[in-house]
Amino acid sequence: MGDLKRTPLFDLHLSLGGRMVGFAGWELPVQYPMGVMQEHLHAREAAGLFDVSHMGQVICRAGTAALEALMPVDVAGLAHGRQRYGLLTNDTGGVMDDLMFANRGDHFFLVVNAANAEADIAHLSAHLGDAITPVTDRALLALQGPKSEAVLSEIAPSVQDMRFMDVAVIDSVFGDLWVSRSGYTGDDGFEISVSAEAARRFAETLLADDAVAPIGLGARNSLRMEAGLPLHGHEMTPDHTPVESGLGWAISKARRAGGAREGGFPGADRVLGELATGAAKTTVGLLPEGRAPMRDETPLFTEPAGGTPVGVVTSGGFAPSLGHPISIARIDTAHAAPGTPIYADVRGKRLPATTAPLPFRQPTFKR
Amino acid sequence: MKYTEEHEWLDDQDGIVTVGITAHAAEQLGDIVFVELPEPGFEVTKDDEIAVIESVKAASEILAPMDGEIVEVNGAIVDEPGQVNDDPEGAAWFFKMKPADAADMDEMMDEATYKAFIA
Repeated sequence: MGDLKRTPLFDLHLSLGGRMVGFAGWELPVQYPMGVMQEHLHAREAAGLFDVSHMGQVICRAGTAALEALMPVDVAGLAHGRQRYGLLTNDTGGVMDDLMFANRGDHFFLVVNAANAEADIAHLSAHLGDAITPVTDRALLALQGPKSEAVLSEIAPSVQDMRFMDVAVIDSVFGDLWVSRSGYTGDDGFEISVSAEAARRFAETLLADDAVAPIGLGARNSLRMEAGLPLHGHEMTPDHTPVESGLGWAISKARRAGGAREGGFPGADRVLGELATGAAKTTVGLLPEGRAPMRDETPLFTEPAGGTPVGVVTSGGFAPSLGHPISIARIDTAHAAPGTPIYADVRGKRLPATTAPLPFRQPTFKR
Repeated sequence: MKYTEEHEWLDDQDGIVTVGITAHAAEQLGDIVFVELPEPGFEVTKDDEIAVIESVKAASEILAPMDGEIVEVNGAIVDEPGQVNDDPEGAAWFFKMKPADAADMDEMMDEATYKAFIA
């Protein structure tokens, strides 16, 4: 795996028995000896520690208007100390990437997907110039699950005062921690940027707590699927709009038709049109009737034989907290109503499934 | 006991070969959540995809180790796929087959060769 990049926690993953795989250009643990199923359940019941240092951390000193010109979201209305979910759209309204951005007073802090980090930074730099500075000397960890607050407050007591999507810079024995109360599991938790130099000591201190287990990429994916959270390259692609991707909710009121700063982002005509009249496709949950998982790229039909596909599975697998398989699918809007019978072509057999609302499991954020 | 490069074990008892996946394969696959088996009586050709194993992470196929007929399958692992993780080289066998040519078994790896293969 010579061409793959390594995070500051690489040696720690090896010492914990992590099974390393290539992911988005990085060498990361897909699982530890606990296994995907138990890691998933542990993160739901106690606290899971994820190395998400592969994600791109970016400082953005551009003005709000310049940033709003790239995203269909309300940047100007984001208060100091708060974080919001954003989307970078292209000229045809497709989703180039999703990201988190936080207002840190005199600048924004962005976290972008690993697979798109270089392209995103190039895109941002092309539009925002010197205002964009990638952060290359910090690791990013996620501590997720109901016991995260108790664990992290041993190191940084003030995290108890944070609510969902708050951000803070907290002084600690591990140096400045850039903390957000957010994550990718659908449960309460934190994402913490820490200096690369202190990252291992910080991670080991968290892992010393009995409540905390290290969690690999496998459970990260099953956790986010249960929570109905999208993954770029799966639910989102440059060829599909936010509305088709089930992300209409992420488009802020201020940027919609009749809003204070309507439109003015790439692909606005198409995206605002779809918000008004609906898109031909949308994104829904899919519950297989049997026990066979329906995985990515499985074509979907309305009939048990013949016909043409009406949709495709964008993510699918087994849901450990639910005890059965689940899928997320992009499907013709005409067949998207919850409870619609669907047939999935799995290895040449049409297997029955039913459309379902997302998420599969309700979030437990601390609002 | 004999082994294939596809990480199957084969136990020949009087011309009926019991087939399962090795402990090494089960460990690599991780938590197994779904197993699909062929029907008894099914005639198979070597390298046919005849069974499916899905772990939490991914789907894998089991290939027929040789030409022959499926004579019995282990429905218990369909009902409880986790058995494949618990006892892959014992209770969680997949199917029994009658080889078309008993001499095919001579071409399989022995235990020492398989251990070297996965080392």
